[in-house]
Amino acid sequence: MGGVDDRSAGGPAGPGGGAPPFGWLTTKADPLFAWARKWSLFQYDFVTACCAMEFMSTMCAHWDMARFGAEIPRWSPRQADVLWVVGTIVHRQGPPLKRIYDQMCEPKWVVAFGTCASVGGFYDNYSTVQGIDKIIPCDIYIPGCPPRPEQVLDGLMLLQEKIGRGELSRWQEEQQKKAAAAKLAG
Amino acid sequence: MSQRLVDLVKSRFPQGVLESHDFRGDDTVVVRREDYLEVVRFLKDSPGTAMDFFVDLTCVDWPERKPRFDVVLHLKSFGSGERLRVKTGVPEDDCTCPSLTGLWPAANWFEREAYDMYGVRFSGHPDLRRILLYEEFEGHPLRKDYPKEKRQPLVPMRDDAPPQPPPFPERPH
Repeated sequence: MGGVDDRSAGGPAGPGGGAPPFGWLTTKADPLFAWARKWSLFQYDFVTACCAMEFMSTMCAHWDMARFGAEIPRWSPRQADVLWVVGTIVHRQGPPLKRIYDQMCEPKWVVAFGTCASVGGFYDNYSTVQGIDKIIPCDIYIPGCPPRPEQVLDGLMLLQEKIGRGELSRWQEEQQKKAAAAKLAG
Repeated sequence: MSQRLVDLVKSRFPQGVLESHDFRGDDTVVVRREDYLEVVRFLKDSPGTAMDFFVDLTCVDWPERKPRFDVVLHLKSFGSGERLRVKTGVPEDDCTCPSLTGLWPAANWFEREAYDMYGVRFSGHPDLRRILLYEEFEGHPLRKDYPKEKRQPLVPMRDDAPPQPPPFPERPH
């Protein structure tokens, strides 16, 4: 217990008596948080189209998304970690989608479920957004029209791996880019 | 199959019926726009026809033709099981058509959709607003002269999104 936080005492000396190795606290905490996050993904489902049927299958007993700790849908985006965009997004739905995304607390991840959400699908026309990454940053793209539950679970596991590796979400990447650009400009 | 109905309409509106034809058992009667509402009222209320079910109302754009638009109405009679299609032409410069909301309240949303997609104004409609698209949308997308990929986004599109490859190779038209 005594080794957890020695900052008040100046900390133990590093190898060779150099700077105190406070770094190990954060490097150990980050994987811990990442591990906790990846096994307790609360989701918000933005469901608009037929992909929802496969999403329901994935959540129900046969494929059982609960095995991955991701079974709880939160009906408020403010309590959710992952935004599942399931189905075709038309331009009329752009403002609600953006608003829901903005309400989510960081860190937040976005999954584009199915071809329509990923790239617009075959709706290459006046009404359809050509992939939700035209509106919000997107982390995982699951192809398929609609994807089978196995593919959905594969996408979920990809997201878990990404979180477990401690990678930044697309949202965080963009925040950092923006901050760096502002620093350069300022 | 419903030649009887066509004959009834023709005898009741000898001037109003421009054309009629039969395609695989589906009869169509093309009427003048001035007589459209009266023809439909006759079909609905006359005991000999009793077309009491409003099935569908839509619109067709013929860009090279005058009049440019067709309003297409599908009717069915629950009593006799007969079906009839009623068409009327709507010119581009006077793009109005009588509304059927007084006969069937169900026509309300169909006419709003036809207005939304084709810009045909239904006179007498109680609430002629866009139904599928948004108020900010300019133009009527199912008109043949609307570029089908002309998008009118409500939120700014992010330009840092990775560029999407075209889903299929461009085909020569």
